[in-house]
Amino acid sequence: MAIPRIRIDQVSKSFGAVQVIKDLSLDIERGEFVSLLGPSGSGKTTLLMLLAGFEQPTAGSIVLDGSRIDHLPPHRREMGVVFQNYALFPHMSVADNVAFPLKMRGIGRGEVEGRVKRALDMVQLSSMRDRRPAQLSGGQQQRVALARALVFEPAVVLMDEPLGALDKQLREQMQLDIRALHKRLELTVVFVTHDQSEALTMSDRIAVFNQGIIEQIGSPRAIYDHPATRFVAEFIGETNLLEGTVKGHQADGTTIELDLDRHLTVPRTEAILPGARVLVSVRPERILLGSPSVAVQNRLPTRVLDSVYQGDHLRVQLDEAAFGLVVRLDRRFAEWPAGADVVAHFAPDDCWVIAA
Amino acid sequence: MIRFWQRAGHAALVLPLVLFLGLFFVWPLLTVLEQAVSDPVVSRHLPATTAASATWDRKSVPSAEMQQAFVRDLRAIDDDQTLGDLVRRLNSAQPGFRTLMKKTVTAARDSDGPLDLAEVDARWRETAFWRAIAEATNPYTDRNLLAAIDLQRDPSGAIATMAEGESANRTILLRTFLVASTVTLATCLIGLPYAMLVASSVGWRRQLLLAAVLLPLWTSLLVRTTAWYILLQDQGLINSTLSALHLIAHPLPLLFNRTGVIIAMTHVLLPFMVLPIYSVLIAIPKNLVPAAASLGAGPIRAFVYIMLPLTLRGIASGALLVFMAALGYYITPALIGGPKDQMISSVIAFYATGSANWGMAGALGIVLLAATLVLYGIYGRLSAANTARA
Repeated sequence: MAIPRIRIDQVSKSFGAVQVIKDLSLDIERGEFVSLLGPSGSGKTTLLMLLAGFEQPTAGSIVLDGSRIDHLPPHRREMGVVFQNYALFPHMSVADNVAFPLKMRGIGRGEVEGRVKRALDMVQLSSMRDRRPAQLSGGQQQRVALARALVFEPAVVLMDEPLGALDKQLREQMQLDIRALHKRLELTVVFVTHDQSEALTMSDRIAVFNQGIIEQIGSPRAIYDHPATRFVAEFIGETNLLEGTVKGHQADGTTIELDLDRHLTVPRTEAILPGARVLVSVRPERILLGSPSVAVQNRLPTRVLDSVYQGDHLRVQLDEAAFGLVVRLDRRFAEWPAGADVVAHFAPDDCWVIAA
Repeated sequence: MIRFWQRAGHAALVLPLVLFLGLFFVWPLLTVLEQAVSDPVVSRHLPATTAASATWDRKSVPSAEMQQAFVRDLRAIDDDQTLGDLVRRLNSAQPGFRTLMKKTVTAARDSDGPLDLAEVDARWRETAFWRAIAEATNPYTDRNLLAAIDLQRDPSGAIATMAEGESANRTILLRTFLVASTVTLATCLIGLPYAMLVASSVGWRRQLLLAAVLLPLWTSLLVRTTAWYILLQDQGLINSTLSALHLIAHPLPLLFNRTGVIIAMTHVLLPFMVLPIYSVLIAIPKNLVPAAASLGAGPIRAFVYIMLPLTLRGIASGALLVFMAALGYYITPALIGGPKDQMISSVIAFYATGSANWGMAGALGIVLLAATLVLYGIYGRLSAANTARA
């Protein structure tokens, strides 16, 4: 197997007595877009700083293309960094900002000219080349920062919540633009964010951080549909977690007993022994509501507590008979007023079991 | 109408300041400046001569009419104070007037009617003395201003350099600018790294470092200068430490010379360099140097290409403050320096308080003010160009 572009091997980082990163290992392949996702203080930005060289690991090693780089200063690492607040040089024009990394590498004037032009074309800012950063909008500054980080063709591009300061619409546009650039230039990108939808949109793989460790790493689909831990299930998207005990394995699935003598059938998972306490995760959009007469598996008769109109969907809160489930209903279905008697039901395949 | 009263109300807020500045700054300043160019003694006390000299060709001996006007003017002066002023003024333009005037005044007072001045003293036949009087009748003069930069008018009225050894103003002005520049450079070399250290530290460390640089500002200039006097002497802390360490055999000459003046002035003026640089530094985003590093710039190049250009505005205003303050330094060179280290302020002080020559003091003040304004103009131009680019 080919060596990975970056291998983070058992890296720890402490600030004084606080261990921010705990014995973390992660391989990033060439051309991969990996998001580091987690709440603030989870260590994701610290890991990025370790990769960029602004911090030194307390233990462990970081290897780029087979050679260790954790002892190298930032300016020898060949990593393009896009900072949260862009970090453009205010006293230089847009073109000079983009030319800066090339000048630092002693590249000749003629070649610099051509590469700056191509980089600015790439982010559609050629007409702004003589402006100062302060004369640009936030989105334009972001694109200059991107061009500057890409123009010297770094081995890896590191992005530290680069879209955090942009408004929602612009942010979504930039997500698609960055993803398109990643595909076209076959960039290896490490992208730090606390916005799960951003991570889901852009990434090949998402590493979910919690308190200095990676709780789970996998494709957006795997992370969303098959969260490994309660933390991941709750952090990525909204979910309903039902606590229960494994009763036994049948041919059509595993039976789980909930409180109030309710039973659920979930996909057959023999790894979990009968008697074990588990959490069943059901996404709000997977739950359907029907009239009390409907006969299906996994039915929880209950009453609508509240029903909120959200434009593209209806958000329904059920009462304690259904463990306070939250349901996200497509507007094509009937409206359910508060107080209505309903049955919440969902397919066994839409349940995901997490060890409690 | 309402708008007018609103505006008047706003203007009233600055009125106390305007009045204060006008009364205690602008008016005295203008008075001193006027002193430098005014020369009213002759025109005030010899009014008839002044009127008569307007038509004199200044080449031949004046007419009898003008001569008698002069005699009448002399007879009209009745107190010795005025006469003394007059004689001093004329004698400064043309040596010999002291004895000449004494003789002439006595002769004029002892007689009535027309007086043949050539009979009284043969010198009244020379045009030089008459020309000196005629020149002095102009109530305004450039004599002091010219003298401030070692120039004078020769007998023909053209501007000429004073003889070597007659005046040292140019040397002292040049020395003043040299000392001020050296001090500016020294404060910059010490102040820039220090300001960077302060800006990069946090919490109580930053407070401590700032207090260390502000402390001199809260101490009297005289106290600080005296402290340096004690530190720099042959048996002072510096020399005794160095000789205790066997680094020097004889005490370093630090007092009563240029070295001492520059050390003390650098210390005293350091806050004016550190504070502007610091205020610019803390406004620079923290992530620019890391950004430069990630783009391939090592620490030195990140400093040269990023930090230095962004700090330049602070350095320029610091340098301006230090340089201008240093130009007017008086106490420190007087106490720590030797005779060859005195700056222009001490010359001004000598004229103002030592010899009551307010004209010369004012003229030197004008030269200093003009130099300062020119520098300030250059700074304004540079900083305006800078702002336009940013």
